[in-house]
Amino acid sequence: MTQPEVVRAEAFRAEVFRADGIGKSYPGVRANDDVSFAVLQGEIHALLGENGAGKSTLVKMIYGLVRPDQGQMALNGQPHHPTDPREARASGVAMVFQHFSLFDALTVAENIALGMEHPPPRRELAARITTVSHEFGLPLNPSRRIATLSAGERQRVEIIRCLLQNPRLLIMDEPTSVLTPQEAELLFATLRKLADQGTAILYISHKLEEIRAHCDRATILRGGKVVDSCNPRAHSARELAAMMVGGEMRLIDRTGRQAGDVLLQVNDLSLPVPTGEGTALKNVSLSLRAGEILGIGGVAGNGQEELLAALSGEMRSAAAAVTLDGKPLGAASPEQRRKAGLLTAPEDRLGHAAVPDFSLTENTLLTAGTRKELVRNGLIDHKAAKSYAEQVIKDFDVRTPGPGTAARALSGGNLQKFVIGREVLQTPRVLVVNQPTWGVDAGAAAAVRQALLDLARAGAGVIVISQDLDELLELSDRFCALNEGRLSAPRPTEGLTLDEIGLMLGGAHGMEVASI
Amino acid sequence: MMRLVPRTETSLPWQIATPILAVLATMITGGALFAIMGYDPVAAIRTIFWDPLFGPAAGYSRPQLLVKAAPLILIASGLAIGFRAGIWNIGAEGQYIIGGITGAAVALAVYPAEGMWIFPAMVFAGALGGWAWGMIPAMLRNWFGASEILVSLMLVYVAQKVAAWMAFGPMRNPEGFGMPGSRNLTQYPSAANPELIDGTGAHWGVVAAAIAVLATWFLFSRHIRGFHIRTAGLAPRAARFAGVKPEALVAFCLGLSGALAGMAGLFEVAGPAGQITDSLGSGYGFTAIIVAFLGRLHPLGILLAGLLLALTYIGGELAQLTLQLPAATVQVFQGMLLFFLLGFDLLTRFRVERRVLA
Repeated sequence: MTQPEVVRAEAFRAEVFRADGIGKSYPGVRANDDVSFAVLQGEIHALLGENGAGKSTLVKMIYGLVRPDQGQMALNGQPHHPTDPREARASGVAMVFQHFSLFDALTVAENIALGMEHPPPRRELAARITTVSHEFGLPLNPSRRIATLSAGERQRVEIIRCLLQNPRLLIMDEPTSVLTPQEAELLFATLRKLADQGTAILYISHKLEEIRAHCDRATILRGGKVVDSCNPRAHSARELAAMMVGGEMRLIDRTGRQAGDVLLQVNDLSLPVPTGEGTALKNVSLSLRAGEILGIGGVAGNGQEELLAALSGEMRSAAAAVTLDGKPLGAASPEQRRKAGLLTAPEDRLGHAAVPDFSLTENTLLTAGTRKELVRNGLIDHKAAKSYAEQVIKDFDVRTPGPGTAARALSGGNLQKFVIGREVLQTPRVLVVNQPTWGVDAGAAAAVRQALLDLARAGAGVIVISQDLDELLELSDRFCALNEGRLSAPRPTEGLTLDEIGLMLGGAHGMEVASI
Repeated sequence: MMRLVPRTETSLPWQIATPILAVLATMITGGALFAIMGYDPVAAIRTIFWDPLFGPAAGYSRPQLLVKAAPLILIASGLAIGFRAGIWNIGAEGQYIIGGITGAAVALAVYPAEGMWIFPAMVFAGALGGWAWGMIPAMLRNWFGASEILVSLMLVYVAQKVAAWMAFGPMRNPEGFGMPGSRNLTQYPSAANPELIDGTGAHWGVVAAAIAVLATWFLFSRHIRGFHIRTAGLAPRAARFAGVKPEALVAFCLGLSGALAGMAGLFEVAGPAGQITDSLGSGYGFTAIIVAFLGRLHPLGILLAGLLLALTYIGGELAQLTLQLPAATVQVFQGMLLFFLLGFDLLTRFRVERRVLA
């Protein structure tokens, strides 16, 4: 569709949803302030903004999970003030959440029946699931168990669950964060088809390229307010980013790095599934040179956490399976590895990389005790810990009242800067980070990425495990993919296309061609 | 309409205020209970909380305060270390009994030899016995994932049976005319745990309790192991990341709290109780759980809470004697204290918001 047509079409498209002056406050935060926008019939409308811009609060109000303090909402011209999600669903709003709510042990049909007010007989439901799923190019077998489905297929279950309600407005919350590029393409084809049949789609994301490629209009939120509304196709990703963060994006400086000697080697590392659940690591091998950044991509749950745990020492292996400077470390404790210079930063900031109830000063003691001499002969030097926390806060621009603040009181981005800073300032030989910018606003993400590049420039080796492909392409010299606990052979990032990456990530998973 | 709103940070003033509030609420509710039962509430409360310290017979009851508080504080200090790490030793009572038996066994084995080494050896044996009894739930948890809460609690009843067997069997006093119970250790100078300063009630257990309070304070405020224990309790994954081995921590906490409880048992057997009987367990191991929580798992708090709970023991006995209050009064008071404490605890994590319906 070319531009003028879109504009002309809008002129007689009906408004499905309208918000007028919506406001919502939480203690200390104005989450939404005088938000007004409209979603038209048949359009894919992007809600664009950094983390903490108020996107989630806004859609939770539309879906009846949160009630606004001020303002009016209307659905199909009728006042829309749902008190709970059931009421919202009844009036035609459906939502697909970022995190799925499916029971692994049940089948697709059983899961869908659980979410319905009045489920039809099982056989009839199965037939409807098959019909609807084929109609929208989302092939799905109603009798498969959820446990056997890939993330992309699970998302289909959630979407089909919504489609069976014949929604007027479909809300999608960062749906592509769990998908391979191919799966994402399939999803967009479905959304387009839905939109063409008249459903209004509200699409939440901070991925600029996909919004530019697939959305008809974008409403941009910053600090809880609508700052702009535009046709995303008419702007570059840089311009959109500037609207989102309210200023120019900092450019990443990749220069000045030289590959040196091999520092870290992982040799044919296999580990069984840790207690309970998880992914077994299968014959993982890699080598990392000084000054190099190795990117490891993959869809969540394919062994990322386990790989980090195997490198941090939380999971032990044969001694020779992990070596640093040729010294075997596979059986070493986390402390011994830190002493040797192998540092890590796990994905989960609250509860893993940091203790929420501890102050930042106390949180330095989690990993920096030995290398920064904050602990000597088992005795804690509180003064040294405090000044190290102050140094991290200063060097990494962590916005906080001071080192005595509890970790939980920091925003995601600031805590992430603290966690990365705590490791980087220990001048590691090798730093391994998992999802370094997950849930972090654009400004903080750029700072974290630059810190990793600077570290590599100073001669350290860095491994970045991430689900954000743009981030991996931006940072890494070589790229490999984790899929069901196996690590692919690395390939130079330069010249790698998104299609090739998708194949590396997905293997043969969920790659059925849409039957559109 | 009122409703509870979660606090973003736990409130420090409320953390200090809730134990005090719990004590006040216990007094008021207890007074109301006495009034319903037909006693003068004011007199009853005064008899329990005031008279033991400042009443006419205070000269007799005051030394009892330290005698009762010492085992409570000693055991609670050990329990608090485990509780901070999220390791729940509910069986201190059993470790206390076994420690008393193993410690006394040293004295009974060498009787009637005299020597400076005997009492220290008894203390060591008592600690070792309690440690071993605590290691049973620790090992079962580490090897088989068994709940240390259930195992340690069940072992209390096993320990009570062992005590009865000892009192009627192997440890029965050969010169006791067939009466159950061991020799009286207070009449065996090398093994006795006497009052160190006349009129204070302070025996070696009081010294040990004081050291335990200082040591736990040091552990939590200065030592990296104390930091790791707190980390494990608040965020187990972060503790593992920092390098804590969960199995080692379970063994350390259950072993240490068992050893302290065992020591407390020995001090009791060699001092105030004097001998091994089938009623060796006196409930200190359970009351110490209340002490640990009432004291907010903090050494200083445990010191104060131990003294307060000791007061309810003495005051309860006094009220039994002078007012003919039922013997269960003490237990009711201790139960109410824990109940109110846990209830008011809600306020440290939530605040009450008055809400006008729109």
